[in-house]
Amino acid sequence: MLENLDATLLARVQFAFTVSFHIIFPAFSIGLASYLAVLQGLWLWTKQEVYLELFDFWKTIFALAFGMGVVSGIVMSYQFGTNWSVFSDKAGPIIGPLMGYEVLSAFFLEAGFLGVMLFGRKRVGPGLHFFATLMVAFGTLMSATWILAVNSWMQTPAGFAMNDAGQFVPEDWWAIIFNPSFPYRLVHMVLAAYLTTALVVGAVGAYHLLRRTSPLRAGTMFSMAMWMLTIVAPLQILAGDMHGLNTLEHQPVKVMAMEGHYESHPDGAPLILFGLPNPEEKRVDYAVEIPKLSSLILKHDLNAPLDGLDTVPEELHPPVPIVFWSFRIMIAIGFAMFGLGLWSLYCRWRGSLYGSDWLHRSAIVMGPAGFVAVLAGWITTEVGRQPFTVYGHLLTADSVSPIAAPAVATSLIAFIIVYFLIFGAGTFYILRLMSRLPRDPMGDLDEGPIRTAGITPAPQAAKHEEVRHGA
Amino acid sequence: MELDLAFIWAAIIAFAVLAYVILDGFDLGVGILFPFFPEKHEKDVMMNSVAPVWDGNETWLVLGGGGLLAVFPLAYATILPALYAPIIAMLLGLIFRGVAFEYRWRTKRAEPLWNWAFTGGSVVAAFAQGVALGALVQGIPVENRAYTGGWWDWLTPFSVATGLAVLIGYALLGATWLIMKTSGELAERARRYAYVAGVATLVAMGIVSLWTPFLEPLYLQRWFSWPTAAFSLIVPALVAACFLVLAHGLRTHHDSRPFIASLGLFVLGYAGIGISFYPYIVPTSVTIWDAAAPDESLAFLLVGALVLVPLILAYTAYAYWVFRGKVNPEEGYH
Repeated sequence: MLENLDATLLARVQFAFTVSFHIIFPAFSIGLASYLAVLQGLWLWTKQEVYLELFDFWKTIFALAFGMGVVSGIVMSYQFGTNWSVFSDKAGPIIGPLMGYEVLSAFFLEAGFLGVMLFGRKRVGPGLHFFATLMVAFGTLMSATWILAVNSWMQTPAGFAMNDAGQFVPEDWWAIIFNPSFPYRLVHMVLAAYLTTALVVGAVGAYHLLRRTSPLRAGTMFSMAMWMLTIVAPLQILAGDMHGLNTLEHQPVKVMAMEGHYESHPDGAPLILFGLPNPEEKRVDYAVEIPKLSSLILKHDLNAPLDGLDTVPEELHPPVPIVFWSFRIMIAIGFAMFGLGLWSLYCRWRGSLYGSDWLHRSAIVMGPAGFVAVLAGWITTEVGRQPFTVYGHLLTADSVSPIAAPAVATSLIAFIIVYFLIFGAGTFYILRLMSRLPRDPMGDLDEGPIRTAGITPAPQAAKHEEVRHGA
Repeated sequence: MELDLAFIWAAIIAFAVLAYVILDGFDLGVGILFPFFPEKHEKDVMMNSVAPVWDGNETWLVLGGGGLLAVFPLAYATILPALYAPIIAMLLGLIFRGVAFEYRWRTKRAEPLWNWAFTGGSVVAAFAQGVALGALVQGIPVENRAYTGGWWDWLTPFSVATGLAVLIGYALLGATWLIMKTSGELAERARRYAYVAGVATLVAMGIVSLWTPFLEPLYLQRWFSWPTAAFSLIVPALVAACFLVLAHGLRTHHDSRPFIASLGLFVLGYAGIGISFYPYIVPTSVTIWDAAAPDESLAFLLVGALVLVPLILAYTAYAYWVFRGKVNPEEGYH
């Protein structure tokens, strides 16, 4: 079977596998680091214990997720060389310094202050401890900025020339970093990370609201998460739309694949909702489509012409079915988030945010949806970049290391086994931690009124404070 | 005078790799020594002695790799395929030991499993790093900007010897770190292991040092012809001095001196290797100037490095300062 798989395909599978696992952790830790900083800031500001308790609860989960992100990230920094050495040699002068900046300005910051954040509160006091948390959060955002500059440059390369050795060499760093797709991609990714975290936090809050473990803590995190979702989900749809228009301008072929447009539409292209892309026959089978809507979305004009894949040589087509489907999965989840946000807003208005079992159940179901959406979006943009590594300039087939297929296959199998083992165990531990929210410390101190009075955290929080100060 | 950016960067990368070797060296060493301390209580303290800093230590490895890609892309693109198997093994080892820091506190039933993951991962990572070093020193053939050797070329008696040497050396760093950071029976036991590891390190360094010059005519010439032969006297003399300080520190029950002496040994061994193959970055195929990225790339990142590396050193020092002194055995995990 090995003879049928060439080293390039194996190297691609390996990179896709390791990066897909890796992206899950940053997507979570970018959002969670910011959430931790907010919790700690609220604690310092309001002195309400519940924020510190939530900080401690999520901090442990963050430590686990961050650890998994670190170890899967170290792998990434070496995979470029082991599996994509030609790409590294050629694109290294451009992407290398950007990744160097990521290490210098972000990784060290995170790692340096992580220890203080996790272990040092008693040693450094609350002020410096808050500073350490802020630095960790800032580091995760810096890291996202640099790595998306790299990724965007590979999608929409700018500001470079070629030298005699066939290397991409920098001409204008400003143009390289602020390449055409970078601002859109960065905003889209950071919002995605915040949404992913909001969904996880919301699901954990909802779970404990349903189980009635600790209404104050669970209610506080649920409410915070739902605010985040309500506000950010519509922003994300807007950002995604702008990102799509940017892609249409700079990578039209990717949009053709996303839309499933095998044919050109000179007088208004339909929006294909569902269908089965058929790469052999160059058409979408069983398509359910709305006439002219694609032109309206992409060109803001019902009758605007849109080119299809028939205008592009076949060897430059990305794998259409993958891109077509991953794009739809991402969009569907995006609108589901939007819907959950609206629903929570309605419940909030009706005063049933903490009492609506069906809202809570839905929030639990949506808990992992952010990860799925991030992966689907990532697949859309990266598979849509094919067959290039540096879009329009360097083919994937010309980027791979001169490594024999059996070596890549062996390491691929090792990565698959180890990742499922390690990250499976990690996910199990994280889920177990999430299920163990300590009970609100009020039961025997002040029985009766609090529990029946309910489920809104505000009066409870006040009571909770009284109890603490009184006791 | 024009700045030799490639030389400056070679120095910075060399510094990053050295920082990695001595920093992650001691926390890998703690992992290597883990099975020799059977009590759960001792294991907890050992883990806590490195838990706040290990992540920062490993970041130097990312800087070594990422920096190499940035400033010497040709070296990155030829060394990593040549060392494919040991690099992958190292990465997998680092995964197992890295997650053990968190996982072993999250389970009672599987704690022994993660203890072994911590040890196994540390041993594999240390040995793989040593093998990679040996394979680099023995030379990597490059033609047309690509590695031309086979994918088992890294495995030789010499690379196995350097793998063992690094493993033993890390154990010494780990043992002397524990002497410095712990107290009581744990520190006493670490002191006994430090004696053993110290003697073994001396033997290992001797074997590798005598072997190296005969791998490559260049190395032989470096070590036995003037003026570089001066190092052949200075380096061994300093190594001997470090061993004396180590032995004296262990005998007099000094807290930090054995650790500092062990760091000295690593710095000297590292310098010795550097002297052997400079100015090659891929011995003996590619020099630092052949491998260097264009000056625009080197200058762009250098600006950042000159500002950020001192800053990194400052807050790293701060983090170590926050967690200075002996580990308090009563202090729990976060």
